[in-house]
Amino acid sequence: MNAHWGQRVAALLIAAFLLLFLVIPVVQVIFVAFQAPATGAFTLVNFQDFFNTSLFREAFWNSLYVAVMSVLVATLFAMPLAYFTTRFEFRGAIIVQTLGIIPLIMPPFVGAVAMQLLFGTNGSINLLLEEWFGINIPFMEGLNGVIFVESIHYFPFILINLSAALNNIDRAMEESAQNLGASGIRLFRRIVFPLAMPGYVAGASIVFLKVFDDLGTPLLLNVNTLLAPQAYLRISSIGITDPMGYVISVILVLFSLFAMWIAALALRGKDYGTEQRGGGGLAKRRMRPWEGILSYGVIGLILLLVLSPHIGLTLLSFGTIWSFSVLPDGYTITHYLEVFEQSPQFVTNTVLYASLAALIDVTIGTAIAYLALRTKIIGRKWLDYTAMAALAVPGVVLGIGYLRTFLGVHLPWSGEPLSNWWVMLVIALSVRRLPYALRACTAALQQLSVALEEAAENLGAGKLTTVRRIVVPLMVGGILAGFVTSFATAAVELSTTIMLVSRESDAPLAYGLYVFMQTAAGRGPGAALGIIAVVIVGVAAYLSHRVIERGHKARGLADEY
Amino acid sequence: MTEHTGMARKHAAGVSIENVNLYYGKNHVLKDVSLVIEPGEFFTFLGPSGCGKTTLLRLIAGFGNAKSGRVRIGGNDVTALPPWKRDVGMVFQSYALWPHMSVRRNVAFGLEERRLPKPEIRRRVDAVLELVGLSELAERRPSQLSGGQQQRVALARTVVVEPQVLLLDEPLSNLDAKLRVQMRQELLELQRKLALTTIFVTHDQEEANTTADRIAVMDAGVVQQVGTPAELYDKPANRFVASFLGIANILDGQLARENGTAVFHSKSGISVPLSASQIPDRATGESCSIMFRPQSVATQPAAAPDSRAGVTMNGVVRHREFLGNLIRYAVTVGESVILVDDAHKPNQPSFSVGTEVRLSLATAQVVVLTG
Repeated sequence: MNAHWGQRVAALLIAAFLLLFLVIPVVQVIFVAFQAPATGAFTLVNFQDFFNTSLFREAFWNSLYVAVMSVLVATLFAMPLAYFTTRFEFRGAIIVQTLGIIPLIMPPFVGAVAMQLLFGTNGSINLLLEEWFGINIPFMEGLNGVIFVESIHYFPFILINLSAALNNIDRAMEESAQNLGASGIRLFRRIVFPLAMPGYVAGASIVFLKVFDDLGTPLLLNVNTLLAPQAYLRISSIGITDPMGYVISVILVLFSLFAMWIAALALRGKDYGTEQRGGGGLAKRRMRPWEGILSYGVIGLILLLVLSPHIGLTLLSFGTIWSFSVLPDGYTITHYLEVFEQSPQFVTNTVLYASLAALIDVTIGTAIAYLALRTKIIGRKWLDYTAMAALAVPGVVLGIGYLRTFLGVHLPWSGEPLSNWWVMLVIALSVRRLPYALRACTAALQQLSVALEEAAENLGAGKLTTVRRIVVPLMVGGILAGFVTSFATAAVELSTTIMLVSRESDAPLAYGLYVFMQTAAGRGPGAALGIIAVVIVGVAAYLSHRVIERGHKARGLADEY
Repeated sequence: MTEHTGMARKHAAGVSIENVNLYYGKNHVLKDVSLVIEPGEFFTFLGPSGCGKTTLLRLIAGFGNAKSGRVRIGGNDVTALPPWKRDVGMVFQSYALWPHMSVRRNVAFGLEERRLPKPEIRRRVDAVLELVGLSELAERRPSQLSGGQQQRVALARTVVVEPQVLLLDEPLSNLDAKLRVQMRQELLELQRKLALTTIFVTHDQEEANTTADRIAVMDAGVVQQVGTPAELYDKPANRFVASFLGIANILDGQLARENGTAVFHSKSGISVPLSASQIPDRATGESCSIMFRPQSVATQPAAAPDSRAGVTMNGVVRHREFLGNLIRYAVTVGESVILVDDAHKPNQPSFSVGTEVRLSLATAQVVVLTG
């Protein structure tokens, strides 16, 4: 089959887009890290400088410490939820699993300030603890705060992967061990746990990567001795020429790649769930009464904890004054009015940027999926790999790359640097979220039988007509899922946004939230913005869920293939 | 092998199942099942999918709860014992080899759980791997083995603990046809060598016939008949057994006594005289059915003189199937369709569709069905 000219043009356009907006900026960053600032010659001196500076050494170890501790604490949250709900006949298992996912629809920085008010030294919980027991637990002191907030937000990655792994274990795996004399803890330790391990490692490495790269949470908690904030602060205060920001970027990218490699290694060839046939899932056991009380208690506590950012944010957005008290003094809606009267552009910009970015993502995602799965165009796999590589690029790094690459290019009509143009922010967001949309589109296309397209061609439809009338309509569920994932995550993106936004009138919600949260007076409106963000993302997720479900029913026949 | 593996006859134990009833929700899966399996016997549960055979096997292993009834192994009531205390070895349909362990670790598992000393575990694992011909592959992971090899590992892992009873849940169903025949011979050899009481679950009658000492045919949660393969084929107790094992011609009608002998009159007008020994007591005078196999009927050209013994009848060939060693005709006689197998030899004339033929039925081979 010879590639259609239209396919070639599409492939070239996508390649140019990825080259210009992903590869060149990132390569630029890496390149600068190895350049002597004065001469431009290749050197390792920047890295030497980095590790000779005690502040950076501290930031490096802090980042590692925070990421590892967050994984451990997230495991503490996820493990009981996953284990109880998959292993026992558990009433409300679905509710637990659903509530467990909720933190994901809000990025950690949004709830960070609310968490300080709930768990800080003078926060609600400590005020109560002091009153009742005379103790004060430093949940939110320095690095603790970052670890606490990050693990609460990212533990669902472990929960999802671990639950899936436990559910995928063939029941016969467990039964054959019982048949050979194993039971109880030994059975768990020797059979169940090792079989669920790949899923756990995959989830844990995502948490590690997310925490290691996160910029927003440490900034909002004012903990700056971490790598991502250091990179941001160097670039924004000293300037685009300072090499330290680039060195940190290279380190961030390396650790991201490392985490992704570990995840891939854990999962490679160890898809135990689908390897063998037989009944699915572990045998579920009825709990004894005391077990039931204990596990419901533990789960209730965990759920309360992981939902506390949402609870705190809601209180903060409706509260009048909330300081040195368990709950706000009074309640009001003025914060919301303030947001809508004074800076409605935060909300409108967010919807505009996130929609455009998501549109770009599903367009490119569908095209790459089609090129990779249905054509033999040379380099089709590379389009896929390059687009997916964006996963390993932290937001800070992409932001720095854009500044470096596009600062010198000026818009012809206003003379403004290209990197300050809001369209660049949209493109940056779309590049960062492209992997999600691409995976959704690829999965949708993989489920489509080629015979459906061949039937259309057999009846006289050309390639383009076939794509337009057969492929895209049948992929619509996957495309929509990709759109919503891209939209929802782009709507609350902060780390690239904060680097590229040049003025408040162009800023999206995440940036506004960050600015508001800087001052005590801005916390109320900031929290209101946060709640608005959660609502936007939540509504998008719900709508997509509905549409996808309806699509499934309508396409019942097509799914048979 | 028996000497140095230490797998001994003393372990062979009988199994008895007494009035077992089991439900999945409202679904009555096992209906008052009773069976006795002798020590050292190769016993097969045979039936279509959903007949309860796997449920019954799992019940013996301790998986699943019966509403009523007992299970005894070697005379001991094990009904209340959990799976890990039963000392029965089960080979799962999916093999259930643990993918995170090597072949050796898989096979050693049961011995380790029995807290045997390390040198003994090593010796017994080596012996059993040699027995199944997998010594070379001991350090491989299950995913690196072929289907037949995985099957042997599953078997080795189970027999190495010297269980009192060996349970096999459709162990050959994941293998291709050729390997299946080879594996079932190996399985039978191994069973004879170890003298293990073995219960084998299958839906494949050929598999059951070629391996089993005795077969329990099951349908809809009920044991339909127990017997040797030949007994079941030649003297099926009911319509289900007759048609599940091989091809059967079944005619419905009435049994009438005439002058001391009995004659069966089919609804379609065929009369078959039966001897006293063929008639079960309770069938007399009732509406009943008779069954005969296609090879119990012989064909002749319709014009040929009546030279054969038995019942003769004329019919027309409606279909013919060439099966190599034989030709199967579907012949309409009145309203009945009778299947007839003629042995096929080269250069021998056969009947074509539409030809009128004369059939003669060997009445001594007719069986009266009671259900």
